[in-house]
Amino acid sequence: MTPAGAALPAGISLRRRLVWQFLVLSLLLVVALFFTVRFAAERASRASQDAVLGAAVISVGDGIRAVDDGLELDLPHATFSMLGAMGQERIFYSLAIGSRLVTGYEGLPPPPEVPGDLSPVFWSADYRASRLRLAAITRRVLLDNRMAEIVVVLGQTRYGQAAIARDTARSAVWIGLGFLLLAVPVALFAARAVIRPVDRLAAAVTRRGPQDLRPVRDPTPRELVPLVGALNGFIARLRGALQLAETFIFEAAHRIRTPLSLVRNEAEMALAETSDEATRQRLRRMVRAIGESSRSANQILDHAMVLYRSDQFAAAPFDLAALTASVLRAVAPLAEMRDIEIAAQGLDRPCPLHGDERMIEVALRNILDNALKYSASEGRITLRLYQADGMAHLSVQDAGRGLAKGDSDLTGRFRRGSNVGDVVGSGLGLTIVREVAAAHGGSFDLRPGPEKGACATLSLALP
Amino acid sequence: MRDAVPRAAMTPLRGFLRGAAMLLWLATAASAYEIEVERSFGPEEGREVSVISTTDLEAIDSVLEGFVAARPGLRLRYVQASSVEVFRAIRDEAVPFDLVMSSAMDLQMKLANDGLAASVSPQLGGLPDWARWRDQLFGVALEPVVTLASRQGLGDLPVPRTRRDLIAMLRENPERFDGRVASYDPRSSGVGYFLISQDSQQSEGFWRLAEVMGRLNARLFCCSGEMIDELRAGRVTIAYNVVASYASRYAPDDPDLVRLVLEDYTLAIVRSALVPANAPNPSDATDLLSWLLAPSSQARIAENAGVALIPGTGAAPSPHLRPIRLDAGLLVYDDRLRRAGLLSEWSAAMIQP
Repeated sequence: MTPAGAALPAGISLRRRLVWQFLVLSLLLVVALFFTVRFAAERASRASQDAVLGAAVISVGDGIRAVDDGLELDLPHATFSMLGAMGQERIFYSLAIGSRLVTGYEGLPPPPEVPGDLSPVFWSADYRASRLRLAAITRRVLLDNRMAEIVVVLGQTRYGQAAIARDTARSAVWIGLGFLLLAVPVALFAARAVIRPVDRLAAAVTRRGPQDLRPVRDPTPRELVPLVGALNGFIARLRGALQLAETFIFEAAHRIRTPLSLVRNEAEMALAETSDEATRQRLRRMVRAIGESSRSANQILDHAMVLYRSDQFAAAPFDLAALTASVLRAVAPLAEMRDIEIAAQGLDRPCPLHGDERMIEVALRNILDNALKYSASEGRITLRLYQADGMAHLSVQDAGRGLAKGDSDLTGRFRRGSNVGDVVGSGLGLTIVREVAAAHGGSFDLRPGPEKGACATLSLALP
Repeated sequence: MRDAVPRAAMTPLRGFLRGAAMLLWLATAASAYEIEVERSFGPEEGREVSVISTTDLEAIDSVLEGFVAARPGLRLRYVQASSVEVFRAIRDEAVPFDLVMSSAMDLQMKLANDGLAASVSPQLGGLPDWARWRDQLFGVALEPVVTLASRQGLGDLPVPRTRRDLIAMLRENPERFDGRVASYDPRSSGVGYFLISQDSQQSEGFWRLAEVMGRLNARLFCCSGEMIDELRAGRVTIAYNVVASYASRYAPDDPDLVRLVLEDYTLAIVRSALVPANAPNPSDATDLLSWLLAPSSQARIAENAGVALIPGTGAAPSPHLRPIRLDAGLLVYDDRLRRAGLLSEWSAAMIQP
């Protein structure tokens, strides 16, 4: 929120974490895809090759015929050709009556169950250092007037099936990797979309002015509501604490002001009644100190009022020219007392504005106060109200001691110029003016005058 | 060199029980495989690559000499045997050879299928897919199976163009062809058995031909070479099912020899080679296999056989030619029951009371 926030240790990046998680998950999916497709392809090709093997073993069984003096077997060439075609498989077969081998290979793995004569039995086993898929079927023939059961076993290697499954799974992986490649920009985009509300919220909080202690009301993603809630809670506590402090100061100033004026009256009365020069001197110093204190208390009260009103800002139309004239009337006695002439220009025309009249009045009083305070007796103050660039400018030019070099910003709280010397002041006056200007979206500018003295300009936006 | 097995099997065989008895006999009688010719190429010393083959040495020695000449320090031992003996040497006796070459496609296929062949990767040089099985069995030559006739023996009879013509000619001239027809003995020759199994599958007409040949007291031989010798000696007029590569060695310089490429179909077998799993020197064997498949060797082999196995290395196959594919279907011919059945049927046709 503040520049100090950028100095925090960076920690993890949500965006990077989102992208990485997305990529790792996608990679896991690709691996899973490989095994799934391989399994599925193996099953599918096994099913289809089993069908061929089953048909083959049936066709071998159909080639068995009993003749006068034994068995005849028409081993079908085309069947074997077909069986071996996919992946150039090795083929093994046997015909056996009971445990006696009639023809074919010896020692083929036996079927796990006695096969029927209609549908073949399938199983897998190792034979001659190769993994075989086998099918068996039983054929009954009349042999020497006895029914003999011939078990036909046909086995083939499944190099082709394994190769098909491997190739299919490999293509699946390539497709998966292709998708993964496409997914990278998508992941980046998605991560950005997820993070965007957070960025927006951060920007909204960053944009706030230093005085802005309103709760955050910007649209917030549901997941961040607790965080914003906590932040708002924190802001509310902070504001509470600040208000408490302001209230305390206000209260303290208020309570001090009344007794102070009482003490001042008493001191002035005492000054009038005594003739002893030493006592009069002492009483004069007392009156002066009391005046200073009550002035400070007044300014603190003004400041507290300005803070409060800018918090509860309620704007209304008013005429700046009229307001300025009335403030001028209020400070006129003070000016007369010191023989300072105040020349006002531009007050003859109304200058309608939109703002808090009470705050502007306080600001004007402080500006004029300041000008009077730093003007020599029989000096001259020039006040000018004019409009330019869509703003109303009120400039007050005095012929006082001006500003010391390096005192560029005297509007900070309790800051005073380095050349104030014996002039009493709290350092709050210009702060109040600046805060009023800020609350109205205007500006306050204090700069050295053209020859000597200083020129204070309050600029407020015209409606 | 006529092995004893077929003679013993001469008695008509029928039924699986007798078939089983014959096999039992086979198993006990097979003490050692018999060879026909043996010759070494290259230096006396050095490493050796040994080849057992059914191919006539004369038909292939120039190719082998080229191989040895290009590899100093390598000796090549070539053993020629009949296809049954080759099969027996490898399957039953596990004699350590580096390369096994045979025209009996079914037996070669069985060796490979039963796991006796090693997986090798020679340079195939355009060998078609149908002429190889996995990375274990490789065709090296396409050999048409033709019928030879003696022009003199035929006299004024027209040269038959189909099996139907041949059958008709033999039937109509029994006195001319009695005892003068030759063919393979399927019981002694692996190639012979394989050829009749193919013939019987190709057409039903084959059995009529067998019957006619039986009636004419056809003479049976173990090998193509012998049939050609008899034919050239004038003792035989028709030799049915002769491997063409033998015939082509004599045909050009013997004007009497007529090569009949029967138009109904002419079988072409694939002579194939494999490196046995127990080969002592499989790398040189693979090298030799690559050499055999190389264009220069293939051109020489194709010239001999009259047709090219690898397209572009020689004459293209004629439309009547039916090359037999190297695939698992060949396994059925070696089935003992099927063999017994086929042989008994053949015997019934050939040997008539």
